Amino acid sequence: MPGADPARGLAVIERVGCGACHTIPGVHWPQGKVAPQLANIANQALVAGELANRPDVLAAFVRDAPALLPRSTMPAMPISQDESRDVAAYLYSLGDR
Amino acid sequence: MSPLTSTRSAIADALDGWPPPVFDPAGPFAGSITLLAWVLLAMAALVFAVVLVALYAALWGKEGLRERVGGTRIIWLAGILFPVVVLTALLVYGLTLTRNLSGPIQGDEMRVRIVGEMWWWRVAYLDAQGRPTMLDANELHIPVGQPVVLELESADVVHSFWVPRLSGKLDMVPGRRNLMRIQADEPGVFGGQCAEYCGGPHALMGFVVIAHPADEFASLMEGRRSLGRPEADTAAIAGEQLFQSAGCAACHRIAGTPANGLAGPDLTHVGSRKTLGAGILPNNRGTMMGWIGNSQAIKPGNRMPPYAVLSGDELRSLAIYLEGLE
Repeated sequence: MPGADPARGLAVIERVGCGACHTIPGVHWPQGKVAPQLANIANQALVAGELANRPDVLAAFVRDAPALLPRSTMPAMPISQDESRDVAAYLYSLGDR
Repeated sequence: MSPLTSTRSAIADALDGWPPPVFDPAGPFAGSITLLAWVLLAMAALVFAVVLVALYAALWGKEGLRERVGGTRIIWLAGILFPVVVLTALLVYGLTLTRNLSGPIQGDEMRVRIVGEMWWWRVAYLDAQGRPTMLDANELHIPVGQPVVLELESADVVHSFWVPRLSGKLDMVPGRRNLMRIQADEPGVFGGQCAEYCGGPHALMGFVVIAHPADEFASLMEGRRSLGRPEADTAAIAGEQLFQSAGCAACHRIAGTPANGLAGPDLTHVGSRKTLGAGILPNNRGTMMGWIGNSQAIKPGNRMPPYAVLSGDELRSLAIYLEGLE
């Protein structure tokens, strides 16, 4: 993802506490067990079982999931558009992309 | 495994600066302790240097010098008199420097009772007679530039209250009330931590102090007293009903509602809190849902059970209700 930085993405993940629900490689604490663990998200064909796993879609989803999937339990998170791209870049850095 | 890692420290650093810069005091009480620490360190370094010089003289000095270093006179002077004088002076200096830290309450000083619980902090703002006027948890708001007396107690085991940039570290002992003053000279957010091992998730027992300019502090407290609530939408109303029916109210109190449980943190103002889980997580809808859904994965051993019986919709409406409680 051009211009996006995985390291900044991890800092955003820490700041807003994604780990409260998700277990994410690289996040040693917390390792939440409310929602899916994200170790394999880079290699999944679908995001949340419904959306195409494209960089723009994943970035939009981590920022405001209900805007894409109104029934989504995952709420909108307090991050900017740039930060959402960094978060997606970090999640993709966990896989083979 | 990715070389990037995230830990409690990294998250707390994003929240309120953790680990806090312990040599960077933000008020007079922490300042006097920092100064004392430096003075003690300097004296220790000086004495160590003197001892090294004497050792060198005793081993490799000229004959006459070695005799004097080995004589009884030097034992009386440097072995007894010097330590007595230096240590007494340091003791008097230290006690003088920190004498205001835990002295009796004077006049109309602001008073707050903080009770250590396994593994969170019960906060009660007190009036001049020591009666609670407002309850809260895990967070303390103070006005800038004035001392605040903390009455530190414990409900179970020994805890220790420590907000490094604002004051010293003082144990909370069952059956005792220990006084300690804190003060912040600038507005800001100051992280704290339980500093006495108190069981299981002790390391996840954090605290936050927020210092406001005097007028902002006054309006904050005034606003809280009125208990004004935003216009509740349908999700918030559903959340409130669920809060009462799902059993949350057995442990949590929300002023102005039937929820009056006292076992867990008071949630009357939880929506305005900077953190969840006692100073360890940022406070947003996502972390609130994660905490309610399974706080045991976040803070293992804490006394709130996981709520796998709640659906995603229910978690969301609870979070929407709670975030409106400011």
